[in-house]
Amino acid sequence: MRNVVMLAVPVVMAGAAHAGTLELTVEIPKLNVAEYHRPYVAIWIEDASGKVAANLSVWYDIKLKDQEGEKWLKDIRQWWRRTGRELNMPIDGVSSPTKPPGKNTVKFDTGGAAFANLPAGEYKIIVEASREVGGKELVEIPFKWAPGAEATGSATGKTELGAVTFKLTK
Amino acid sequence: MKTLAKRLIVAAAVASLMVGAAHAHRAWILPSATVVSGDNAWVTIDGAVSNNLFFPDHRPMQIDAISITAPDGSSVKPVNATVGQYRTTFDLQLLQKGTYRIAQANSGLNASWKEGTETKRWRGTMAEYVAQGIDKKPGVELTLSSRRVETFVTNGAPSEIKPTGKGLELVPVTHPNDLYSGEEITFKLTDNGKPAANVEVTVIAGGDRYREEAGELVVKTGADGTVKLTLENAGMYWLEAESRGTSSMEGKPVNSMSTYVAVLEVLPG
Repeated sequence: MRNVVMLAVPVVMAGAAHAGTLELTVEIPKLNVAEYHRPYVAIWIEDASGKVAANLSVWYDIKLKDQEGEKWLKDIRQWWRRTGRELNMPIDGVSSPTKPPGKNTVKFDTGGAAFANLPAGEYKIIVEASREVGGKELVEIPFKWAPGAEATGSATGKTELGAVTFKLTK
Repeated sequence: MKTLAKRLIVAAAVASLMVGAAHAHRAWILPSATVVSGDNAWVTIDGAVSNNLFFPDHRPMQIDAISITAPDGSSVKPVNATVGQYRTTFDLQLLQKGTYRIAQANSGLNASWKEGTETKRWRGTMAEYVAQGIDKKPGVELTLSSRRVETFVTNGAPSEIKPTGKGLELVPVTHPNDLYSGEEITFKLTDNGKPAANVEVTVIAGGDRYREEAGELVVKTGADGTVKLTLENAGMYWLEAESRGTSSMEGKPVNSMSTYVAVLEVLPG
């Protein structure tokens, strides 16, 4: 019991002291195709060794009956291989509905659980999209993380993703 | 009657082994997907013996010979099975998370000896081999043939595949449902549980019907039975290995011939 308290306190304090915002804008291109379905998108943070440091968001059909949407999560292939297959979906705060074509902005509190245990260092934000009867694409934006750090970055996809911009603020 | 039936089954199994070896038709079990997700995961599976990979053009695989092992080691029955002219089709619902093994495995004893200029052949069990006095035939050669044709399908994260310890088989170092193009793959081959050293492993990509050359990759296992290979292109692959050796059964010398086939999917890395 004492251990739990001792572990919990620094985490809460770190969060409280450095809470900032990671803002990510993901552009989903408008495609002129016969059969269009919104892409499934996974957003995660990868550390310098290629391991998943934090799962930020997964956009999929969370409302289909019998969790039918989960059937296609394996098609977000790199995410599935690196972390998805180990997870028990849905996950509160990570599972999210699919988004329409256009610019979709999502914000993450850097005082939250995803960042609490993230040591300072080099990371990448990875955005991977996979569209039913469509293609797949992955873009990545490198950034330096330290509690309280500020950073910006961007990357552009060619097919399934448009501009992806990243802003880390205190 | 029971013995006769049993003997016929063994004979049929051995006959099918011999046909396989003589004509180099390729046996395969092909799943519609090797990596699946969700709580209602199904795959549909084809089993056939064909010339081209993976186009059924010769014989269906016998459905009774197919066994499915769930991640927890229990057996699962194929459902919606149909044996067609060229292929057998069945479905599998993956109710557990982990790796399912879908296999056709068989083995049989056969003997041959010379009587004058004529070569005599015999098939049966070890008990019959002795009871019928086959073991006393001059210059008799006894051969134990075994064959395993299999594939793997994983729901969620890949799980451990327990070796059967029988015949030639693949023991994962790299999990067979965790293969990606351009990444080194390591497998270990064992024969009756022991490292299968110096065994040739042939790997052919599916769709050879559309290529002038099969483009097979041939690699050999090392002393510890391990083999390393890298496949540059994603796709379904057919892997085959064959080992020959000598051992003994109940004090009698036996030649052994063991064949292993796996269908493996390599995903874009």
